[in-house]
Amino acid sequence: MPLIKDGKFVQDRFLFIPDGQAFPDDGGVMVTFDRFQSECATLLAHHRPVAVRLASSQNPEVLKDELANIDAIALEFPIFRDGRAFSWARMLRERYAYKGEIRAVGHFLYDQLAFMMRVGFDAFDVRQDFRIEEFDRAMREMTYVYQPSTDGRKTVMQIRREE
Amino acid sequence: MYRYDEFDAKMVRERAEQFRYQVERRIKGELTEDEFKPLRLKNGLYLQLHSYMLRIAVPYGTLAARQMRQLAFIARKYDRGYGHFTTRTNMQFHWPRLKDVPDILHHLADVEMHCIQTSGNCVRNVTADHFAGAAADELEDPRPISEIFRQWSSFHPEFNYLPRKFKIAVSATKEDRAAVKWHDIGIEIIKNDAGETGYRVFVGGGMGRTPYVALEIGHFVSKTDILAYIEAILRVYNEYGRRDNIHKARVKILVHQLGADEFRRQVEVEFAEIKKKGTLQLPPEELKRIEAYFAPPAFEDLPDTSPEFDAAVKADKDFANWAKTNLTPHRARGYAIATISLKNIGMTTGDISADQMDGVAQIMDDFGFAEVRVSHEQNLVFPHVRRRDLPAVFARLKALDLGTANAGLITDIICCPGLDYCDLANARSIPISMAIQKRFADLERQHDLGEIKIKMSGCINACGHHHAGHIGILGVDKKGVEFYQIQLGGSGAEDASVGEIMGPGFGKDEIVDAIERVVETYVKLREPGERLLDTYRRVGMTPFKNMVYREQMHAAY
Repeated sequence: MPLIKDGKFVQDRFLFIPDGQAFPDDGGVMVTFDRFQSECATLLAHHRPVAVRLASSQNPEVLKDELANIDAIALEFPIFRDGRAFSWARMLRERYAYKGEIRAVGHFLYDQLAFMMRVGFDAFDVRQDFRIEEFDRAMREMTYVYQPSTDGRKTVMQIRREE
Repeated sequence: MYRYDEFDAKMVRERAEQFRYQVERRIKGELTEDEFKPLRLKNGLYLQLHSYMLRIAVPYGTLAARQMRQLAFIARKYDRGYGHFTTRTNMQFHWPRLKDVPDILHHLADVEMHCIQTSGNCVRNVTADHFAGAAADELEDPRPISEIFRQWSSFHPEFNYLPRKFKIAVSATKEDRAAVKWHDIGIEIIKNDAGETGYRVFVGGGMGRTPYVALEIGHFVSKTDILAYIEAILRVYNEYGRRDNIHKARVKILVHQLGADEFRRQVEVEFAEIKKKGTLQLPPEELKRIEAYFAPPAFEDLPDTSPEFDAAVKADKDFANWAKTNLTPHRARGYAIATISLKNIGMTTGDISADQMDGVAQIMDDFGFAEVRVSHEQNLVFPHVRRRDLPAVFARLKALDLGTANAGLITDIICCPGLDYCDLANARSIPISMAIQKRFADLERQHDLGEIKIKMSGCINACGHHHAGHIGILGVDKKGVEFYQIQLGGSGAEDASVGEIMGPGFGKDEIVDAIERVVETYVKLREPGERLLDTYRRVGMTPFKNMVYREQMHAAY
């Protein structure tokens, strides 16, 4: 799957390794939370980039003591209507001050990209035919925002008060 | 009333274009219907039995004359010359074409209106007391904070894909006209012992197949904190509301499963975190700025009584009847609140023609009314009418066929569109509601029966609020035949309660007789001053049930 990060197509640093499959000799790996939990010591001893993929039902609180060791967290959308990851991403950034990559994986729509950016996602596993112009367009659809969020954008209320 | 500034205006314009692009992609096949559906719903567009239906937000039920005229224009150009006011104070058009919708959105944007989040699993249009700013016993106008909620919830990045829909209502009086305890969040504006105004927050009310009255979660939330508190509630819900079963996905299920104490504890944890960040604190100047938009008109210093009014009561029986039911005391001397019934006998509840919309707008211009309200009871309200103008206003309303004198009476029925329009419905509701109105058309009898709230839904989703009706009627489908269940004892007011099912349902030819027997039982049993609801609460279901079913059995033999 092509990966968009910080608004550009980039090379994916992580290879997703399904549970039970052996790790390659080198390179970054992405594992499920279960695998991360059971093989945490081995994984981290290797000094390779490590990413953890969470299901939409998993509160990222479970990772809070390991965040410094995790380079990326992938939050899964089993179906685009399942909006839990919007809260998880925001919590990771705001409550746990997580600075690594937060990646959206699974089924999500063009129409959700702007919201995702607002709550702290910075990487998107997009469909094969997705064009980067679409990403730019999604970011430009709405000029203003009403609520404070993770992105720190000035809200309409703040702009009004400055005037 | 609230006026958009350049920011609000740009938001609704850009939203219209965003939707145009979604429609284009759907027509080209780039979006599946399954993907398009939640997107169009967030813009109030449903696919119904015969066509699309577009739901337009009327925030806290307040409309200006130019907005009413624009709705009339849309009704003529894109629909069949009429619209429908709903129990959430929105307006629905039942016959627009998909390709026209982006243009309709621009027509709405021209008059500072939109369809944003009038459906879908997000925070919906915020409703408030329809007598706001006029009610005698009001602590403060509930609309400024409702407008702040509207802005905060519009395009909220975290809460646009909730487990299910989410409705907020605000009231500022002891007498609750906004049915706050029937909402996902109900806010009551209160004063604490120190004399400060703040918010009592109820969570987890709702109709549908599992009706619940909301529980009190926040006892007193300060004005500065209210957005943070609401955001905390939404976050707990977004994270832990059920997503495996659509019928258990509303926040009411989560709240009532956890109980008020545990739900409150979880909310407090989130609330503390959000407060720590400090970005959602509501600055008092911002609240003041919004409040200024809702400042009441400059009321004239008028005497309590008006000779014009008194003369008209004596001379015109229709006016006298209308004045008896459709007027409510106003806080300012010499003024009244006038309810315009949209329950004309034999008309579809909540429907209004384009000519009537224009007519209402013209009355507003001629008498200097800045706004008209839509009530959740599907009526309109002129909030500030000089008593001396009432006879003239009434004459104009009557000429528009809007002079029905039945506010709060048995023919003032709340009713969903039912199987005539809606593909969720199991039974028709409009014809039954009309038949009941015809049966009780006699005004003297209606006055004698006093306040009786009949609320009727054509399916378990309860858009017609049957759980909250003094008499609730639910249409069900039994092997392809429409049946109607009766519930008694519901209330949508400050004494909110869920109606109790009386027993087996009635066929479409029996239901009106059954309702009449309920009413006759009340007449037989009532004590002086008792409404039907009071009598029911005193004597219970049994006497009603005995009367209604015994007579049915006699009829069968």
